[in-house]
Amino acid sequence: MAQLFPKWTNRIPLIVAVVVLFGGVAVVAGVWYYFSPEYTDVGYRPKQPVAFSHKLHAGELGMDCRYCHNTVETTAWAAVPPTSTCMNCHTLILPESEKLLPVRESYNTGRPIEWIRIHKVADYAYFDHGVHVRAGVGCYSCHGNIRKMEVVEQKEPLSMGWCLDCHRNPDPHLRPLDEVTNMEWEPSSDHAEFVERIKAERNIAPPEDCSGCHR
Amino acid sequence: MRHIVHILLLVALVLVGCTRHRPSEKPPIHPNPNMDDQPRYDPQAPSEFFADGKAMRQPVAGTVARGRLNADPEFYTGKNADGDFIRVAPVTIDLELLKRGQERYDIFCGPCHSRVGDGKGIMIQRGYVPPPSFYDQRLVDTTDGYLFDVITHGIRNMPGYQYQIPVPDRWAIVAYMRALQRSKNATIEDVPLERRETLRQQ
Repeated sequence: MAQLFPKWTNRIPLIVAVVVLFGGVAVVAGVWYYFSPEYTDVGYRPKQPVAFSHKLHAGELGMDCRYCHNTVETTAWAAVPPTSTCMNCHTLILPESEKLLPVRESYNTGRPIEWIRIHKVADYAYFDHGVHVRAGVGCYSCHGNIRKMEVVEQKEPLSMGWCLDCHRNPDPHLRPLDEVTNMEWEPSSDHAEFVERIKAERNIAPPEDCSGCHR
Repeated sequence: MRHIVHILLLVALVLVGCTRHRPSEKPPIHPNPNMDDQPRYDPQAPSEFFADGKAMRQPVAGTVARGRLNADPEFYTGKNADGDFIRVAPVTIDLELLKRGQERYDIFCGPCHSRVGDGKGIMIQRGYVPPPSFYDQRLVDTTDGYLFDVITHGIRNMPGYQYQIPVPDRWAIVAYMRALQRSKNATIEDVPLERRETLRQQ
């Protein structure tokens, strides 16, 4: 009678062990690397309906972030400005520009431009811009150097681990309130003392418990 | 064995092409969506339900939200009961208010009026009609109420800022504009006695 199992079948347990071991490691590593917002979200830079350049407006013209995003200090939501804000200047600056046609159309009809949202925390986390800005966290800490961006791109993962990094040690991100929108700000040599002082002054104690962000 | 090396090389190539932080125009895909996107409206979200396409609704005409009665006409319009502009801002003017005014002025007014108020801001270089200098005698002599009204409703080529600048900040800006005007015509008599000597040395 011929052998039921040929000789190579002796290696099956070894092959199975190797596949399970390496396969398992590959799956864990793959999920760790590719399921993270560092991979899925960072670098998102959609093409917007109007090619608005932050590099020109905030960079070259030196406009403050709050000229347009004027709700950022007082409310949870840093509003995208209505087109009437654009038309404050563009009634007289480039009034015929073809690129600005959707802006004028929106201004005249009252129908908003549908900008594509880039930065978004998960819906079960309640982020409040006002609290962070009033505590002295710069725009830069979460948005990167917007003044240099022709097209806005997500620079930070906005993941829970990333939030907690700062909530556990906010010191490097705290700055004087009049420097919040400054993209070129550098901490001074006495930053440690400064942080101690304003933490007491502004009563800064970032929550690390669940209900701090999840209601 | 050769095959295995080739496969490993191929896998490595694919992985190198899929590193983190690469710019992409495509919306993020979350392999595990959890409840990242819930069926609810965020502020400024679009809506298919309402005819104007907006989830955010306007207040019903003729209604007043709590705390928004704005009953004090002098504070909210810069005019007294007779409709005349009030001479002096109805706020307590201290250093804190002036600093607030300076910050708000730099944000909202600086682009056109320039940080010193001479009307030569960067937007003028880009083609906007130049505004008058704050140091014109007409504007030095005018009332605080008038300046407040101009910030609120705009004038000639200047747009109104009532939706961008809240009322208390508008008064802070008026106070700061007055400080700018005084700084231009200041003499040594305006400096506190104890500071005059150091200023002379500079």
